[in-house]
Amino acid sequence: MKVIEANKLPGLAAALAGAGYRVVAPIRDGGEVRMVVWSPGAAIDTRAIPVNSAKDFLFPKAEIIGRCTLDGNDFRPEDVKPVAPKTVILAARPCDASAMLLLDAVFNWDYKDEFFNARRAATTIVSLVCTTADEQCFCTSVGGAPDATAGADGVLRQADGGRSFILEPLTEKGKAVAAAAGAALAEGQAKADAPVEVPVHFDAKAVTEWLGENFESPLWREVSLACLSCGACAYACPTCHCFDLQDEATRAESVRLRNWDTCGLALFTAHAGGHNPRPDQAARWRQRVMHKFSYLVERLGRLGCTGCGRCARLCPAGMAICETCREIDEARKAAVK
Amino acid sequence: MTQIDVDLVKGAAAPSPYVPRMARILDATQMTETERFFRLQMEDGPLEYEPGQFVSVTVFGLGEAPISICSSPTQGEVFELTVRSVGLVTNALKQFKKGDRLGVRGPFGNHFDYDVMKGQDIIFVAGGLGLAPTRSLIRYVLDKRKDYGKVTILVGAREPKWLLFRDEVQEWAKRGDADVRVTVDRADASWKGNVGVITKLFGKIEIDPAKTWAAIVGPPVMFKFTVLEALAEGIPEHRIICSLERNMKCGVGKCGHCQIRGVYVCRDGPVFTYEQVKRLREGI
Repeated sequence: MKVIEANKLPGLAAALAGAGYRVVAPIRDGGEVRMVVWSPGAAIDTRAIPVNSAKDFLFPKAEIIGRCTLDGNDFRPEDVKPVAPKTVILAARPCDASAMLLLDAVFNWDYKDEFFNARRAATTIVSLVCTTADEQCFCTSVGGAPDATAGADGVLRQADGGRSFILEPLTEKGKAVAAAAGAALAEGQAKADAPVEVPVHFDAKAVTEWLGENFESPLWREVSLACLSCGACAYACPTCHCFDLQDEATRAESVRLRNWDTCGLALFTAHAGGHNPRPDQAARWRQRVMHKFSYLVERLGRLGCTGCGRCARLCPAGMAICETCREIDEARKAAVK
Repeated sequence: MTQIDVDLVKGAAAPSPYVPRMARILDATQMTETERFFRLQMEDGPLEYEPGQFVSVTVFGLGEAPISICSSPTQGEVFELTVRSVGLVTNALKQFKKGDRLGVRGPFGNHFDYDVMKGQDIIFVAGGLGLAPTRSLIRYVLDKRKDYGKVTILVGAREPKWLLFRDEVQEWAKRGDADVRVTVDRADASWKGNVGVITKLFGKIEIDPAKTWAAIVGPPVMFKFTVLEALAEGIPEHRIICSLERNMKCGVGKCGHCQIRGVYVCRDGPVFTYEQVKRLREGI
């Protein structure tokens, strides 16, 4: 098996960068660990859960999807090709890796989104078996697991009590990364550490069923009272994919940007004429929960939540989608009695 | 090759739906204080569309706005838009005149199913700006008049000065093969026609519910009351059709803005039957 000592992970990153990969990894910067592009000297931290998700590198915060040159009154729209560097995402959490399968489905039902697909094709995901979790983690409630490999091209398993890692390629892309690592990986033996245990908090199937019949429930107002409508939950979410199109112009050209957007913001559904079909925060929080646990299941056969818990870690108002789902599950049980 | 690789190859060959094509304005007239009418032609070949579809209009440097096509493909290679000035882009469009160029993406969405209505009666009920999308189907049906049964057109506006396509509606009335009635909520001194909400016109017309389709497009309050009227006449829910308005951005069912429950209005709509709309809840 391919083995690497834990303190030599930067060497693996350096070898892959040397082989032409843009290497993304969980990097510690002060008190925070974030998924960012690795550069020499950066500290890879596989213990803490990164603040952001790996989604950022397939579906960036802002990207140019159109361009138009302005020459006096003459406009010339120009085709823009996706920017898709060869990338490896090292030590992505299983909840981030499995989110790719949902994003694949969203960006490829009907129109095939060339920008997402170009980056997806150029990206190799090496996930990490979780040996750490916190009280916000709930992957096991939504069909995931700390050692799940869905969406991953390869997997890193912590071994020998944290002294080393085993890298196991799962796809052709994963094998290419293992080969590119060269001498950074050694042939050897190691004993994989046990994955962390994540308790199940609710029954996702039951939540989906309840949502189908409770669009008008008073629960929506109760659970959304604290929401500040800041959108942090969506921006940290590995599956949230709603976007806005904005044109930004200088005198010489106008670029069309695709920017992250979210149903949590009041303007998301507001018409230019003033009417807003989703008039209050209760309706918006309902949309967020319904989209993830009902509409996506109905349309694409997948939950729009992988249980990563990032939304709850970031929420300034202490809201948590896991908590809402648990309340729904309890409301359902109470109704059955 | 994985599915993603296959899709990537396919995607590379297809024109991007995000890149606007250029259209030239053949004619632009201010219909009311806030509504401007445009006749357009694509520069790189005709726009192939169906009645009920919409386009995204780009004012370069400012942005895009989704606009219903108000003409019918039976009118030839040009297409027409009626734009209400309410936002950044639509207000900028007020300055656009004959000879100017705009970006156009689309057409997007489903369309009015004129084939299933063949041989049947149709009642059109259009309130305010709702006449714009409705006109695409009215023009289609009038151009293929012998394919359809009795045609009734009810048009409503708040006041006479807000009536759209006034001359054209009079021409429809003069044809003699359509029952055309116009009403305003509030009359002025010059108004000689009907006064009152559009539902009042139902008392003046004959409907055979066994073979009638109702196309109802207008502001939410008008839609709600007109649907009740149509149901009371015995028209079944699946033969009441409408076109929904939403804040639409991408046009291809991805960006999420126009989502109502599990439905993307830009892709699965904007045309729905009442049978579908009543389940959408946030729909109207």
